[in-house]
Amino acid sequence: MTSTLIRVALLVSAALFAIGVTGVLLRRNAIVVFLCVELMLNAVNLSLVAFSRLLGIDGQIIVFFVMAVAAAEAAVGLAIIIAVFRHYEDVDVDRFDLLKW
Amino acid sequence: MYHPILPALVLALPLAGAIINGVGAFLWREDHRVARWVGPLAVGASFVVVAINFFAMKASGTTAASVVSLWTWIAAGGLHVGVDLQFDRLSMVMMLIVTGVSTLIHVYSIGYMRGDPGFNRFFAYLNLFVFFMLVLVTAASFPLMFVGWEGVGLCSYLLIGFWYENEAYSNAGKKAFIVNRIGDFGFLVAMFIIFGIFGSLDFSQVLPAATGHLRYGDVWATLITLFLFLACMGKSAQIPLYVWLPDAMAGPTPVSALIHAATMVTAGVYLVARTSVLFALAPISQAVVATVGAGTALFAATIATQQWDIKKVLAYSTISQLGYMFLAVGVGAFTAGIFHLMTHAFFKALLFLGAGAVIHSVEHAWHEAGRHGGDPNDMRNHGDLRRWMPVTWITMWSATLAISGVFPFAGFFSKDEVIWKSGVLGYPLLWGVALVAAFLTAGYMARLMALTFHGGENRTGEEARGHLHGAPLAMAVPLVVLGVLSLVGGWIQIPEALPLPHVSALEGWLDPVFEPAHHVMAMHGGAAATAAPLGGGELTWGLISTVVALAVVVWIFLAVVRRRYRPAAESPEPTGLSLVLYRKWYVDELYDRLIVRPLMALWRGCWKIVDDGLIDGTVNGLASGARAVGWVGSQLQSGRLGAYVLLFMVGVLVILGTVAF
Repeated sequence: MTSTLIRVALLVSAALFAIGVTGVLLRRNAIVVFLCVELMLNAVNLSLVAFSRLLGIDGQIIVFFVMAVAAAEAAVGLAIIIAVFRHYEDVDVDRFDLLKW
Repeated sequence: MYHPILPALVLALPLAGAIINGVGAFLWREDHRVARWVGPLAVGASFVVVAINFFAMKASGTTAASVVSLWTWIAAGGLHVGVDLQFDRLSMVMMLIVTGVSTLIHVYSIGYMRGDPGFNRFFAYLNLFVFFMLVLVTAASFPLMFVGWEGVGLCSYLLIGFWYENEAYSNAGKKAFIVNRIGDFGFLVAMFIIFGIFGSLDFSQVLPAATGHLRYGDVWATLITLFLFLACMGKSAQIPLYVWLPDAMAGPTPVSALIHAATMVTAGVYLVARTSVLFALAPISQAVVATVGAGTALFAATIATQQWDIKKVLAYSTISQLGYMFLAVGVGAFTAGIFHLMTHAFFKALLFLGAGAVIHSVEHAWHEAGRHGGDPNDMRNHGDLRRWMPVTWITMWSATLAISGVFPFAGFFSKDEVIWKSGVLGYPLLWGVALVAAFLTAGYMARLMALTFHGGENRTGEEARGHLHGAPLAMAVPLVVLGVLSLVGGWIQIPEALPLPHVSALEGWLDPVFEPAHHVMAMHGGAAATAAPLGGGELTWGLISTVVALAVVVWIFLAVVRRRYRPAAESPEPTGLSLVLYRKWYVDELYDRLIVRPLMALWRGCWKIVDDGLIDGTVNGLASGARAVGWVGSQLQSGRLGAYVLLFMVGVLVILGTVAF
């Protein structure tokens, strides 16, 4: 019973993660890319919660850490996107290629 | 028994002078009062100590050498070299000549160098030179002698390039240094062989043991002496290494007089005399020395006849006279060689000092008259200077008659001794060569005197003429002293054949030193002949040579005085044989083509190909390789987010795949 639930949860988590990765790879809009990153984080959260059913409370604790980090990341990320938008009048990630050597 | 009195002081005084003046060259550069006193006094005091020692040695009547050991210098395995000074009859003669002539030239330099910004530096170098020259002549071993040998070479280099702002002058210094290196190589090789055979480098160990270790005509004796003679060729300016000496005239004239005429260049003659027993054991080397000497005497004399630069004439004359000395020591007449060394030190120092007085006067006159350019050394710019410079004029004539070999001047006795000995000791051809060179000597000296001091017409220029002046006191006194010595200096050795009191002070004094060499030669060579190659005794040929020398002097003098010369700037270039001689037989050009340029091309190749190409190429190649690899890596960093994520993904998948499977 439990193992079935975990399996389903992990499958959903994998699907969410794959969607996130695909989005990051394919989408150009920085905000969408950003959302896809959040999607990947939450896919991980889901798998952590699922495993905690099997292995104890630790997984759920880590989820809170991930959510805190994700919130911080969202704050910084969105600020960067706003700054970039002010500069380029655009949020197309393909145009952000200045950060090299 | 004789003990040297204050032996270290002989060397310490000039060294102290050099140090004081050297410090002064930095600390009180503008103040010349200290150097003016310390320079000459240091050398003069050294001369006094030497003279005291000379009389002490003379009174004791000893013939043995006194060795003063100061300290151990090298002690390694079987090699033991001490800083030992040797006081024997030969080194005593050399010390007297070196310190005596040096003192006079130091006094002269006070006048000559007055007002030169490098006055203190000049006296520091000059004192240092005297120190090293004394090390050379008093050294009791080959390595210590080599120290002096190199030291005088260093001072020579420093003083030739004394006015180093002039590039030609500093190049002349370099040329002297480099040509001397070739000779020094010979000295080193000779030392190695000597150590290999004798196991020691001390004169007291090597020379007495020579006849025991080496047979007459031994190939090792020949090799040692030939390599030693290579050193002499460099230092004493013999064919083929003489080319540095004429260029060395770039130095101040007192330097030419002291180093490049009277003392340093005679070090080679001293070396041969010092190792006389080794040369006596090697008849081939003796023949080489004598032949090179006679050849140089004639060759340099021919060049001297067509030079216009008064110092160049004297430079080639010096080379020629050094040739005579080598002819003497080569045929085995060591005393005659040292005798000519001594008289030559007097009259050639005087000739250079006199030439210096002339140059000094002309240069100042031009300066006063506001004239720039022109060569004060060029005899075509002189003429009739006797009216302004009577002291220089008279003393120069004394030296001229001495070098020409006119009786009763010093050169007559010494040069005729050399020529006579070469004739009777089995070198008839060299005897003839030496005679011809002697007449050339009389010729070019008469030409020099006529051009510079006579002619009834002065060519220094209208406005400059009034500013000509005689030698100041500091310069005149050494001229007079040397003028007297040029007259009487030869009277210490008057041959028996002349209808005069027989004097053999020098021969009696030096005979014990050369006795081993004479013994070897007497055992193996034939007895000396009693007549010259063409017949006739010593008196006949002495008479012939002095009469011919005087005749040549008068003939050339009258010929030159009667001709009218124009100042150098208005004179035509010489032509024909004159041009060849004026260009010094094109020997410098020949060396340039045969040696200097190929070597330069070789070194340029080493520079461009080996250094720039191979070594720098390797280092630079490594650097550009690293940069290329870095460039390839940098291309991964495109700045495109998508690409980064993709690579990241691939990376994660690869790692995961590795872990999973």
